[in-house]
Amino acid sequence: MHEETVYDALTNAHDDAGHWAFGTGFDEPLAGVDTTVPDGVDPADLGVYCLMLGDDALVLAQRLTQWMTNAPELEEEVALGNTGLDLLGQARLLLARAGSVGVLGRSRSLATASIPDEDALAYFRDADEFRNTGLVEAENGDFARTMVRLLVASTVRLAVFARLRESRDPVLAAIAAKGVHELAYHRDHAARWVLRLGDGTPESHRRAQDGVAAVWPLMADLFTATDVEARLVAAGVAVDPAAVRDEVREVLTTVLERATLTVPPWPDDVAPRGREGRHGEELTALLATLQGLARQHPAATW
Amino acid sequence: MSTDVTAEGGHGAVPTGPEVPVEPRPRAVRRDWPLYEVFVRGKRGLNHVHVGSLHAPDDEMAVHAARDLYTRRNEGVSIWVVKAADITASSPDEKDPMFAPSGDKVYRHPTFYEIPENVPHM
Repeated sequence: MHEETVYDALTNAHDDAGHWAFGTGFDEPLAGVDTTVPDGVDPADLGVYCLMLGDDALVLAQRLTQWMTNAPELEEEVALGNTGLDLLGQARLLLARAGSVGVLGRSRSLATASIPDEDALAYFRDADEFRNTGLVEAENGDFARTMVRLLVASTVRLAVFARLRESRDPVLAAIAAKGVHELAYHRDHAARWVLRLGDGTPESHRRAQDGVAAVWPLMADLFTATDVEARLVAAGVAVDPAAVRDEVREVLTTVLERATLTVPPWPDDVAPRGREGRHGEELTALLATLQGLARQHPAATW
Repeated sequence: MSTDVTAEGGHGAVPTGPEVPVEPRPRAVRRDWPLYEVFVRGKRGLNHVHVGSLHAPDDEMAVHAARDLYTRRNEGVSIWVVKAADITASSPDEKDPMFAPSGDKVYRHPTFYEIPENVPHM
């Protein structure tokens, strides 16, 4: 019974589907969750906030996907793929939420009716309608830089999601509760690599330090709330990005110091860029790959 | 060199002992990363079961890689990893003296009992 045991018995252990925030079905990502918009909340604001969080996940997932067939080891490739898939799942739920409150931008007019809202938002918006931060859209660079970026991005996102579990929007709270476990693993995985690279060989240390130098400035606009966020923070729906700054700084400083890396000066806060739809060429190129197939063959399946 | 000398059990577990022919390694496939064997225990309180192998730079990363490679579909609640080099395996050459003597001793099998239906995993 040995070989059968693990992959028959173990995969059948799905009787407690309660840990899936939205069930295991693949048709209706928000099925079963109360989708009523809380009193006093502008649905348009809520939708845009969902785009911010969803686009961060979607774009970073695409960056991680770029390591497929290129990662230094097969084992690490699967790890990066898993992380990307976790983020893609978060993106799907968040974009679906944006669609459910009517925030679709120009995407709906471009996508055919049979395409679900979250796909329309992912595939049929142009770069200026994306709300992700510059941190996630920047090029991967080498493996060390990818890991430093993943460390920073997952540290920020985990801090936000941990607080978002208390959101007055039941959907955001449910998405956050599901996401914190995934993000805690992503952060742990990235931190382990940063420790090993920083405290490894002279070459790995140099690459990790270069990665830190490249990623650090991208944090400048992470901790300033947009007007949308400020209104939702007041309504008890969103997390104030400024409120997570100290926690992020402490985590990153701890990891970098243990990794024997030099912690650069903390960047000065600047006004939001990506959150307001201002992006660089890097996002345009990324979206060309991400959206090419769906735009050429709408509703294609495989 | 004969090619029928392969490890039994874990994919990477190699038989040891002076009588075991050692195949020349074709080349260092993955630099310095050692091979680990992975054991996963499922939800149902069974034993840890060998599920496969992987390469990892150290023990902690081996557990991480095992999680990512072998528990993606909710298979496990506990993972053991052990360096394949630390496993001592029985040699295929000893197969007959090791295992043949138990083949005809039916009285060692619980075949003369009725096992109640609600006793699983026997």
